[in-house]
Amino acid sequence: MSHVIEMLNIRKEFPGIVANDDITLQVEQGEIHAILGENGAGKSTLMSILFGLYHADKGIIKVRGKEVHISSPNDASDLGIGMVHQHFQLVQNFTVTENIILGREGSFVLDRKSAASKIKALSEQYGLKIDPNSKIEDITVGMQQRVEILKMLYRDAEILIFDEPTAVLTPQEIDELMQIMRNLIKEGKSIILITHKLNEIKAVADRCTVIRRGKMIGVVEVAGTSQAKMAAMMVGRPVSFKVDKKPAKPGKPVLELKDVNVMNIKKVLGVKNFSLQVREHEIVGIAGVDGNGQSELVEAISGLRPVASGTISINGNDITHISIRARNEAGLGHIPEDRQKRGLVMTAPLSANMVIKEYYRPPFSKYGILNEDLINKHAQDICDAFDVRSGEGIESLAGKLSGGNQQKAIVGREMALEPDLIIAVQPTRGLDVGAIEYIHKRLVEHRDKGHAVLLVSFELDEIFNLSDRIAVMNSGELIDVVETSATDEEKVGLMMAGVKSKEVTA
Amino acid sequence: MKIKFKSNTFLIAVSAVILGLVAGAILMASIGSNPFEGFYYLFRGGLMNVERIGNTIATAITLMLVGLSVAFAFKTGLFNIGAAGQMLVGGLCATLVAHYVFLPRPLYLIVIIAAALLGGGLWGVIPGLLKAKFNVHEVVATIMMNWIAYWSIYYFVPAYLKGPSLETESKSIAISQSLRSPWLTEIFGGGYINLGIFVAILAIILIKFILDKTTLGFELKAVGSNRFCAEYAGVKVNRNVIISMMIAGGLAGLAGMTYYTGYSRNIQIGVMPSMGFDGIAVALLGASSPIGVFFSALFFGMLQSGKGFMNAMTEVPPEIADTIIATIIYFTATSVLFKKFWDSVGKRIRTKRKDRADKAVAQEGKDNG
Repeated sequence: MSHVIEMLNIRKEFPGIVANDDITLQVEQGEIHAILGENGAGKSTLMSILFGLYHADKGIIKVRGKEVHISSPNDASDLGIGMVHQHFQLVQNFTVTENIILGREGSFVLDRKSAASKIKALSEQYGLKIDPNSKIEDITVGMQQRVEILKMLYRDAEILIFDEPTAVLTPQEIDELMQIMRNLIKEGKSIILITHKLNEIKAVADRCTVIRRGKMIGVVEVAGTSQAKMAAMMVGRPVSFKVDKKPAKPGKPVLELKDVNVMNIKKVLGVKNFSLQVREHEIVGIAGVDGNGQSELVEAISGLRPVASGTISINGNDITHISIRARNEAGLGHIPEDRQKRGLVMTAPLSANMVIKEYYRPPFSKYGILNEDLINKHAQDICDAFDVRSGEGIESLAGKLSGGNQQKAIVGREMALEPDLIIAVQPTRGLDVGAIEYIHKRLVEHRDKGHAVLLVSFELDEIFNLSDRIAVMNSGELIDVVETSATDEEKVGLMMAGVKSKEVTA
Repeated sequence: MKIKFKSNTFLIAVSAVILGLVAGAILMASIGSNPFEGFYYLFRGGLMNVERIGNTIATAITLMLVGLSVAFAFKTGLFNIGAAGQMLVGGLCATLVAHYVFLPRPLYLIVIIAAALLGGGLWGVIPGLLKAKFNVHEVVATIMMNWIAYWSIYYFVPAYLKGPSLETESKSIAISQSLRSPWLTEIFGGGYINLGIFVAILAIILIKFILDKTTLGFELKAVGSNRFCAEYAGVKVNRNVIISMMIAGGLAGLAGMTYYTGYSRNIQIGVMPSMGFDGIAVALLGASSPIGVFFSALFFGMLQSGKGFMNAMTEVPPEIADTIIATIIYFTATSVLFKKFWDSVGKRIRTKRKDRADKAVAQEGKDNG
């Protein structure tokens, strides 16, 4: 086997941090090579160097055995290296064809027809199932990603880099992507897969280079290595995937939803006749494929979206139509789905972010004047208790923190409010195993203090790991609520597709 | 939270000013004038004696208040481009008070300030309401409000405040009813200096206090930085948009008061006060911080009041001063470039230091495993 890409002894420093310290990556022709590491371990830096976005301080890069200097993405492209970015770079109101030929239009007169037929041929060759004439805004996220892949293929890329490709995909789309990757390898391409998701590596990768804190830990054959082993290499200590928890001791209901109907953004019912109870000392998980009304339901409970009909109450108090602040005061905590959009003010320091729900009341302010010392102390306490790490402590801007630390800060803030009910939406999305383990533990702790937790997640593993009961949602309707101990992933999977549990058992 | 005055915002402002001046020098040289002579008279015109300094300050007063208005709206994520109209309405209300309200001086000053705040605040709150209720973009609404103010004054002044001789401006306010003050005029040997300076300084201190220390400032900044997060946290976003525009309008109204009843003593019709737009530059150069606004207004005030003298003493046209201001705005707006430049300078210094300590660091690394 020959190495198609070699990055030897790469070192890259940023002010105050060594992002890559003597890292060597060797990718063989025709393999899927995963790069595994926690957020901030240096995976993206390494790939940016390969793609010509950064220049390494030390080290050499060889492509097909020849030493090369890559100083821009164009150089990388000329060498047959293509990158599928995490955030797609597509023009929404252009067609697939127009997006793919953008920058490679050829002669002055656009020849859309021959481009489209070449794209169609490529799409069929690799099983991408893309219609070259549809507009980007009309196709799903999964298909948009395939357009990005097509873009690379159209430019004759031989080596494809996938940067966290599954972060935006539904479980089905992930399966399809895996199949596409296998097709690409069959056709002689090589793939570098950047990820921190172990099951994906297990599913498709041949070999895996593990990076931790800028250093290379080792290269393993995926087939002969357990997930636990890889996780331990990545985090630097053994990791438990199962959350230790005692059986629930459910008490009186905290959250009660009665026949709740909610309009979605298209002004049609996104949540239909939804009734559910979440009790003290209980975690209820809402399982469902993304886009089946979970967001609308959460927004209705938290007050971000009006309820069309039905009632929502916390501890017996009707909160259906009260303000968001009044809900917070009634005992609602909310770990939002999008931590950067909703959860934090990225341009404000951590200290301000930690009191953003409480700044207006004593002890944090009095007569409208903020008490800075107490605010800082409160923020410091949260950061200490929840192990939030940042460059300049509570003075750090929230946007400068890693994703895991941002999430820990939000979880810390919400838990510090001691809410009777906490809604956790995708609480571990995009986090590495260390942070996931930590946040899961904290949610169970919250339950064990006698509070209620409503968990919304698209990851079945997470639902099964944490929930005492599972409520399955499909097309805005509650399909069924089942005890976690009395069901399995297959049954829940069927319910997620809309099949009622009686039919499942029958 | 406390806004820290970061050294690099200061460096960026200074870099922009220097580059603006260099661009001015190149322009002067290209039309055959001696730039050193030009700048000499430009600065001399603004600063050569107490009266000139007084006039520089008098110009800066209005710029400070307009700059503060724009900067305050910026903090809430709003672009108040309607300061000119708010100045006109605030100025008109103050002028009406000056003509018709006779009270002991301290009480009178409170009334005239309140009138200007109300007038400007009303002109600011309307776009705020439109934005909150109907999602009308504040840039569009405030520009419209500018023209409503402009034409209202065009008809109102000749009808109700007609001057004895001139058709184009209102009748003059008695000096005793203006913001001019004998003791201030005496200290500065005449000129346009007026009590507005204290209004401006008080406003700067008050706004700084509101932004840094109060729950109101906390909310306004949260809405300005991330309205989605503010909404999620329970802050009433729309209410804050309205309050912010009202306060911004009030500040611009005060600016109008200092301009029409302090700097000048009448309102011209058919003139949109250009200072309403210069305030955007003041806010930008001052990095939207109240203290920054104070200094940038003084600097622009000096350029404004010195340009006439430069024109009188040299061949350099006064438009050069405006060009310098424009260039400074341009460089401030592209401040990202300066930030990169200063960052890379900082990095180079650090790398040099690091290289020297490299061996030691490597050794330490081995020790720590």
